[in-house]
Amino acid sequence: MATPSILVSETPLVLYTLRRADDALILAHRLSEWCGHAPAMEEDMALSNIALDLIGQARELYAYAAAVEGRGNDEDKFAYLRDVRQYQNLLLAEQPNGDFAHTIVRQLFYSAFGDPYWRAMMASNDATLAAIAAKSEKESAYHLRHASEWVIRLGDGTEESHARAQAAIDDLWSFTGEMFAVDDGERSLIDGGTVIDPVTLKDVWLATVSRVIDEATLRLPQSDWMQQGGRSGRHSEHLGHLLSELQYMQRTFPGVSW
Amino acid sequence: MVIAAESDSVLRQRAWDAAAAVVDPEIPVLTIADLGVLREVDVKDGRVEIAITPTYSGCPAMNMIAVEIALALENAGFAEAKVRTVLSPAWTTDWMSQEGRRKLAAYGIAPPRAASSRRALFGVQQVGCPRCRSEETELLSEFGSTACKALWRCKSCREPFDYFKCH
Repeated sequence: MATPSILVSETPLVLYTLRRADDALILAHRLSEWCGHAPAMEEDMALSNIALDLIGQARELYAYAAAVEGRGNDEDKFAYLRDVRQYQNLLLAEQPNGDFAHTIVRQLFYSAFGDPYWRAMMASNDATLAAIAAKSEKESAYHLRHASEWVIRLGDGTEESHARAQAAIDDLWSFTGEMFAVDDGERSLIDGGTVIDPVTLKDVWLATVSRVIDEATLRLPQSDWMQQGGRSGRHSEHLGHLLSELQYMQRTFPGVSW
Repeated sequence: MVIAAESDSVLRQRAWDAAAAVVDPEIPVLTIADLGVLREVDVKDGRVEIAITPTYSGCPAMNMIAVEIALALENAGFAEAKVRTVLSPAWTTDWMSQEGRRKLAAYGIAPPRAASSRRALFGVQQVGCPRCRSEETELLSEFGSTACKALWRCKSCREPFDYFKCH
């Protein structure tokens, strides 16, 4: 019989930490799907390296969530034994890799947020979150540069690569609004100085993304209608398929270890 | 027992020496002391507790390093040494010793250089070739064979080489 899911006591701090860990883990899983399939050897290594950084961030965040929760859960249980509805990552992170342009544009949208986000979070009055932010910030600067260079190369490349990059921007645009959304629980952490308000980073994010997209001779979509749901556990159908692969071993062979 | 008779400061030095000699499994010319990964060694009532800090969040060498430290301490006569991870202050390449930088270069890996433009979107960076010392080099990929390295090529001697990323 499959291993049942765990229960999580979702205080604002536990929930906040799990959400950020989920963003990192799910995006890392997507990137790791490129391992062995990327268009060039260097790119295969780059995407795997970025995935590794994100898994590292996810582990630190899950470990902290476990410590804060204090119910005997740990990083593995959070990753392997929570159901789709218990995951609260951004919908952007779970979107399928699609073609290489979709993967890179997804990475640009996320990194252009993650980089200033973690830099700002270094000022958190929560010492552990500030320490995790200090590590993540250094890594995300590389991730942002990598994605930016690729978007420019694709956009300002051939007719085919330009069209694909534009299609990726148009497809993924509506998933970017969720990065700046805040619920009541997170608002209480913002008011207490534990976390920063992501809305304050919207201009910086838009400036970075616009600069790259301009240089790539691509254009930003005009629509401001945004998807949401990830932060309350309402996901696209893609996440369930992703988790079935990610969790297969632990669900099938409870407690299996190397 | 001999160990119990020694003072904590003598024991601490002995524990430090044992832990400090553990090498990075991916860059075996560097010890964890050279890298700046070894942060603290505490001895209380003959029990040792070691604090290490990760270089990169996802560095898979950290688990291995923790196991190697426990083993090195056991060989030095400290049973049940505890290894814990500290995140703050975050590791940067500034923690790497001069000796470590020299060893890296001799091993064929360009040591980290201060990069004022780390945050620049399209930063200009200069890295010297660890083989022929030429400054005429080019970046092949910002992501190399491990999380901490980038791949470069020397335009003078034409050899590709690893660069330990400034962090």
